[in-house]
Amino acid sequence: MTAADAARGPSGSVTTMLRDASLVLAKDLRLEWRSRVIVSQVVPFAVLVLVLFAFALDPDRRTLTEATPGLFWLAVLFSTLLALQRAFGVEAADGVTDALRLSGLDPAGIFLGKAAGIAVHLLALQVVLGLGVTLFYGATPHGPVLLVCTCLAATAGLAAVGSLYGVLAAGMRVRDTLLPLLLLPVVAPVLIAATEAFAAAYDRSSGEGWRWFGLLAVFALLYLAMGIFAFEPLLEES
Amino acid sequence: MNTHTSGPREGRTGTGARVLRVHPDGTASPGSRTFGLVLIVALVAFGAFALVLSPADSGAQASENEMGQLVRIMYVHVPVAIASYLAFLVTAVGSIAYLWKKTEGWDLLAAASAEVGVVFTGLTLATGSIWGHIAWGTWWEWDARLTSTLLLFVMYLGYLALRRAVLDPVVRAKRSAVVGLVAFVNVPIVHYSVDWWRSLHQTATISRFDPTIDGLKLFALLFGMVVVQALYVWLMIHRFRLQFAEARLESKGLDVALAERRAEAAADTTSPLVGAPKGTN
Repeated sequence: MTAADAARGPSGSVTTMLRDASLVLAKDLRLEWRSRVIVSQVVPFAVLVLVLFAFALDPDRRTLTEATPGLFWLAVLFSTLLALQRAFGVEAADGVTDALRLSGLDPAGIFLGKAAGIAVHLLALQVVLGLGVTLFYGATPHGPVLLVCTCLAATAGLAAVGSLYGVLAAGMRVRDTLLPLLLLPVVAPVLIAATEAFAAAYDRSSGEGWRWFGLLAVFALLYLAMGIFAFEPLLEES
Repeated sequence: MNTHTSGPREGRTGTGARVLRVHPDGTASPGSRTFGLVLIVALVAFGAFALVLSPADSGAQASENEMGQLVRIMYVHVPVAIASYLAFLVTAVGSIAYLWKKTEGWDLLAAASAEVGVVFTGLTLATGSIWGHIAWGTWWEWDARLTSTLLLFVMYLGYLALRRAVLDPVVRAKRSAVVGLVAFVNVPIVHYSVDWWRSLHQTATISRFDPTIDGLKLFALLFGMVVVQALYVWLMIHRFRLQFAEARLESKGLDVALAERRAEAAADTTSPLVGAPKGTN
């Protein structure tokens, strides 16, 4: 690390961080391309959740249409948990965490790379879910710009705080039960804001929606900054 | 256990041993015992003011809201809520200071304060729910302040669960410091999001400058504030010392185990193959 720091110098640190981030992102995408765990397991799970919501709420079209924004984002949240467990499960096996630490990559770069990988997976998932709610619930959006911006901001926030908590719970025996308890209360504002913004986009009243988008953007920026700051001590430990 | 974690802790077993020797029967000291006695007297006096001496809210005066005896729950609810915010603030400060200084004491401070804070938040929710049941007719209302307090409660339950789940003291300290920081940073976000989401809570009585409560009722509330904050401090003294003693016990157990292994190795010196004492260091 120290040699890398010295070689990097103060001016090149941001480019190094971004280069390291792209390396980690490429690694995670290559892993997904070869294993197809997200495509073959998490995406079908998310669609299944949509179908189960219909069973629980009685497939009366109006109830489902009204609840569409909330159900969409609940499905995203549950799938986020699975995607995170996958993303950090591959790190826990075979001492990959130690290898990453020894590789001399910038910890902030590793964080951004993991977050970007999760964000790509989540965005792909949201495309499928968006088609799903249109198909199953008959919900038609009216504000495409707000819809896309909401997805991007909410995904950035989920990926940032998810990566931070994912590495935190990684390598623990109780990881699978602890991660939802830690993560879900923290991302509750994302659920509220994204649901409200989607509701505005589906109701053609997008004026209110942009305020919620602002909250999502602040959330994303805050947790990206915290991740960059806090990833190093988490990676250094033991 | 590597030398990185055991080194500084062994350096401080001196103070730890002294604390435990001075208080062989628990976490109390002469000072905290006196403090505790004063606190008991104050709690009894507070009970008298809150339950007996202060008048019920009859609605006779313009400033009253006809809450009757129900007003008395406020004397507990408001101070406990403030104490829980104070506790989580201390947890955040301890977490930041740990990430900065990397000394065990800050971690233990954050842990002790989170424990007390969770208890106080639980009390806040319970008293608020009882109040709401009578005043609003429902045990729970999806109002902004109630909802964000509930989320706060769950976040710090997660913090405590994390602390229980990690065994290595240094790893536990780092991870819980990050969670303590995230949870605290999240408080304003939760507050604003839930506030925009829906808001029907009555405006805070105490922060308004036209005093809608006065005389003995105001005194009971302010007295409650002082007593509950003092209770927080007293609980913190004991929880912190308990955490400290637990940490000492953990490292002492390790030292005892190491000493046993060394003794075994020393007993085996007849065998030329085992030159072990060097290896265990």
